[in-house]
Amino acid sequence: MTDTTTTAALPRVDRARLFTWLQEYGVYAAVLTLLLLNVLFTPRFLEVANFRTQLLQVTPIVIVSLGMALVIGTQGIDLSVGSVMALSAAMVVLYLGYGVLPALLVALVAGAAVGAAGGSLVAYVGVQPIVATLALLVGVRGLANVLVPQLMEFRNPDLIALGSSSLAGVPIIVIIAAALTLVMAFLVRRTTFGRQVVAIGGNRTASELSGLPVKRVLLTVYMISGVLAALAGVLATARLQASDPTSLGLFIELSAITAVVVGGTPLAGGRIRVLSTVMGALLMQLLSATLIKHNLPQSWTQMVQAVIILAAVYVTRERGAR
Amino acid sequence: MTDSKVFPAHKVPAVRAAGAARREHVGRLLQQHGALIVLVAVVIVGSFAFDFFATAGNAASVVVSSSFLAVIALGMTFVIISGGIDLSVGSLFALGGVLAAYGSQAGVVVALLLPLTVCGTVGLVQGLIIARTGMAPFIVTLAGLLGVRGLMLAISDEGATTYLVKDTAFARLGQGELFGLTYPVYIAAVLALLCMLLLQRTGFGQNVFAIGGSEHAASLMGVPVVRTKVLVYLMSGLLAGLAGALNAARLSSGVTILGIGLELDVIAAVVIGGTLLTGGAGSVTGTVSGVLLLGVIQSLINQVGDLTSSFQQVVSGGFLALVVIAQRLLSKAQRIT
Repeated sequence: MTDTTTTAALPRVDRARLFTWLQEYGVYAAVLTLLLLNVLFTPRFLEVANFRTQLLQVTPIVIVSLGMALVIGTQGIDLSVGSVMALSAAMVVLYLGYGVLPALLVALVAGAAVGAAGGSLVAYVGVQPIVATLALLVGVRGLANVLVPQLMEFRNPDLIALGSSSLAGVPIIVIIAAALTLVMAFLVRRTTFGRQVVAIGGNRTASELSGLPVKRVLLTVYMISGVLAALAGVLATARLQASDPTSLGLFIELSAITAVVVGGTPLAGGRIRVLSTVMGALLMQLLSATLIKHNLPQSWTQMVQAVIILAAVYVTRERGAR
Repeated sequence: MTDSKVFPAHKVPAVRAAGAARREHVGRLLQQHGALIVLVAVVIVGSFAFDFFATAGNAASVVVSSSFLAVIALGMTFVIISGGIDLSVGSLFALGGVLAAYGSQAGVVVALLLPLTVCGTVGLVQGLIIARTGMAPFIVTLAGLLGVRGLMLAISDEGATTYLVKDTAFARLGQGELFGLTYPVYIAAVLALLCMLLLQRTGFGQNVFAIGGSEHAASLMGVPVVRTKVLVYLMSGLLAGLAGALNAARLSSGVTILGIGLELDVIAAVVIGGTLLTGGAGSVTGTVSGVLLLGVIQSLINQVGDLTSSFQQVVSGGFLALVVIAQRLLSKAQRIT
């Protein structure tokens, strides 16, 4: 690592090594730079309330992008996550009468079911991930709207507590997201399942020939993505104190894909970077917060985001499966 | 999705029994004209089941509302056949509308040229990035989706300004009627015909198919891969901008919140029309059938009693899933023989 840093500083920059360095550490460097700039130039940036707000806002994206990283690691993509959030938001209020835990379970099972539908289409029927999950994006959002046609408020104290209470000053939602990140990092790096996922993304044919349960692993990956999206939907609903299937999670699939890509996970599969994905989500959040705090309009945020996505993919494009 | 390693089913070695050949023929026929067959079936059932359905007024409203989607879907058909995807069309549709309304202050020519130039440039740049750097079309056009929406907000004071179309000549382009149908329907029909010729009867069309079938093989055969890909995305950008301009003329204003999620409708229509997302196969007639089918389903659901438009999403999603499963099974059946 030390010698790559010096190479980057030399006048004769080795492009390939610079890009490798950027893919590995670029997102961390960008987050640090942005934090530093904010500390220096943004008034009242270092206040605790500000950090709480930022973290609360980014939490659903982080949770969804963990599943997305897994799916992208298999060379797939999951467009249905936003609609799954809407469905779980609808489910959780419909079953709230039976208590928070049963309602939460129903919502998660619904997410798993949507994931299983997408996963079976991809793994067993052989449909391209983008179309399979596109069909679910359209259909599941419709289903959620049919179940709960308009904004539905609830007064269940337990669910509201889940969304608004804190542990040692840190919101429970943020703690859950952090815990899930660690679990996912462990899953990817230290378990057989994680290795199988990476192997399938690297070379599906080779994985099949070497006897990996490719179809079952793919199905599981999409189900995990569905469950995580459903959980994000429940947590977002708990925070909003209302179920809003019409607009909850709209376009979150794009934010999640952005987080994964900016984190340096190649779209070509075969590599999953969990912590960097979370950093990617934080970077985009920090960026839009910075621009807003300095009174730059929303249009700037979107254009800067577009440039960052392009730069990230340009840097990672040829170092896909290794 | 970037470079497909699946070879088109119809390029399988040739020795086979007559029965298998016939089965393959039927399979391909279903693949290409499935949407048309379902469209006819839905129209027939709809006409018998509901009084309102088979009226001229209803048919006209379906065709008119489908024409804008159809124009965008034509460009998307070329993109998808070439093995790519264009997620930026929804944003370009909105941008085209705002620019047309803005430009209409200077007359009808500017109202058309301004959106076409800008949206064409965006398509051109996306095509150049995709073709030259080999970056995934999905990501490049995703960046386009965000960037173009940002650009559109920037020129409309964050969406606060709605430019009104004051030029009557331009407004007539979107609202004028001939035989009970508005002009955009005829424009869409002419464009569909041109695209059909372009795809089926020109070298450019052949190149698009070849690149979608196998980009590597196409470049070995001397197909100008970079140029063709750039042209395909340029076309998609131009058509999305044109659709936006026509829509602005119809609404007499450039509405900034239009076109959100439109790319997904367009892709759904193209795929339902039998164009393979893996590239290398597809047709303009299929796309037109797919667009009309979605329009007819929407019209049925809108008018049947108390069904909300949410049901339309459920039906569209379910239908899309059925189509891709059927496509997959058909192409499997063809490969096994």
